[in-house]
Amino acid sequence: MSDKVLSVKDFRKAYGGFVAVDGISFEVQRGEIFGLLGPNGAGKTTTLECLEGIRKPDGGQMRIMNVDPSHEPRKLQNLIGVQLQTSSLPWNMTVGEAMKFFCAYHGVAPRYDLLERLELKDLLNSQFSKLSTGLQRRLALALAIAHNPPMLFLDEPTAGLDVGSRSELHMLMEELRDEGSTILLATHDMAEAEKMADQVAILMKGKVVTTGTPREITATGAGFTKVSVSTDQSVLHKNGKVFPAVRQTLFKEEYAIYYTTDPGPTVSALIDYVSAQGDKLIDLRVERPSLEERFLEITNKE
Amino acid sequence: MTAFTNHFTYEFKTGLRNPSLLMMNYLFPLGFYAMMGLIMTKVNPGFTQLLIPAMVVFAAMTSTILGLPGPLVELREAGVFRSFKINGVPVPSILAIPTLTTIFHALIVATIIALTGAPLFGGVAPTNWTAFILVTLVAVFTFGAIGTLIGVVAASSRGTVLYSQLIFLPSMLLGGMMMPISSLPASVRPISMLLPTAHVMQAYTGLAYGQGTVTNPVSALVILAISGVLAFGLASYLFNWDSRNNVRRGHPLLALLVLVPYLVGMFLK
Repeated sequence: MSDKVLSVKDFRKAYGGFVAVDGISFEVQRGEIFGLLGPNGAGKTTTLECLEGIRKPDGGQMRIMNVDPSHEPRKLQNLIGVQLQTSSLPWNMTVGEAMKFFCAYHGVAPRYDLLERLELKDLLNSQFSKLSTGLQRRLALALAIAHNPPMLFLDEPTAGLDVGSRSELHMLMEELRDEGSTILLATHDMAEAEKMADQVAILMKGKVVTTGTPREITATGAGFTKVSVSTDQSVLHKNGKVFPAVRQTLFKEEYAIYYTTDPGPTVSALIDYVSAQGDKLIDLRVERPSLEERFLEITNKE
Repeated sequence: MTAFTNHFTYEFKTGLRNPSLLMMNYLFPLGFYAMMGLIMTKVNPGFTQLLIPAMVVFAAMTSTILGLPGPLVELREAGVFRSFKINGVPVPSILAIPTLTTIFHALIVATIIALTGAPLFGGVAPTNWTAFILVTLVAVFTFGAIGTLIGVVAASSRGTVLYSQLIFLPSMLLGGMMMPISSLPASVRPISMLLPTAHVMQAYTGLAYGQGTVTNPVSALVILAISGVLAFGLASYLFNWDSRNNVRRGHPLLALLVLVPYLVGMFLK
């Protein structure tokens, strides 16, 4: 049974003569991470701002748990948590003040446990401007989830973060989803979307060009599966053997790389051939086309 | 109430923690007061009559007209008001709390000046302290509301400096702070009566010091109070959550309506 938390239908928004979003529709189910992808200027931020009640749509319908964001801001306030793209807090506000400030406006007690969980507890008296980008992002996330909102909006949450902070934030997002939160993740980081999102919608010039799971989206493209093989005696480098379903072959250092439309027969033939030549497999990797490759394919077509 | 208390406490601390605001709220007005008290009262002994009210008005103007608008513009430009909106901080709190805390800082400095002006520099103390307190409260409120209005309508930090100086500099020269309005040439008086400062000084002179004034001091006080309420109402009406939002409720020039009580006052006498 459908457990719809958020729905957008024929949503349209223009700024003067410029149409930023042109009649898009999508739905987000409870407990999923939904990736809203697109290049800069695709309409992601406009869509989020209208869902957050910051702007009013020019047309169409938006509902978050049956609440209309543009007409019922009071009801919306405790349903959503928002980590803004730019972590917007007054520069001289301390971590502790920020937690007290926002929790008070949401009518809940300050969540110092969240600050501990996000390793911010020792920075209670540190001013926002003195925090690193990673810590600012963590604080913004702590403030967004402090009132336990069922719907969370994350706008480029890992932009500017180092690998460790990024990984920690991904773990936290997964934990939140497992605890029942629904997350709308706006990003142009395809690797992040592919790793984190259960469903994605790709926006281009204000329109949804495709939706589905990352696997469904990559499967619908013309992209080939990449098979990389390394053997002890590099027998594949020496003979120009042609394998089934292979469309392109490359040799890069000790690896022979094959782009295939059907990885099963290709891999099977490769293993048989290497064995028959008296060589030994050292490494074999099969990689399906990435969401990034599919995204580039779509954007180039558009 | 907790939200209001937290917000108020934070904003009050900001007035001390932010070096620019500390300068505008305390260091600049108190430093200028000390300088005027030490030098001006010696150069012009007649200035002792004006020292306390003029320095209270100066302190109120530096913290409100010069100090208050800048942070409002900076927060709007940085997107802080957007995050406030998303988290349910209402417009009245966004505007009223910084205004109130600034008024609070201005009143602390006004108290210091009022209590030390006579013993330290020979300033003439008010003859009617109740009237002095009333005029001070109305004046600080009105300046605070005008400062808030400037912060709302100014498109940038540079804009706030321009608008603030349009009020501050003429007030210093023509507002009756350096010399009584009765000493100004008759041709200049109408211009001075467009300035809130002139009305504050008239109200102080007539009500707190019991001396003769150019205009009715009660009318001056009423005009001030009306313009303060009007300025705050206009600030709330013209408030924009962010600079990217091109949907405005009214044109910024509507802010000029704040001059209406002063224009009407010119015909009242």
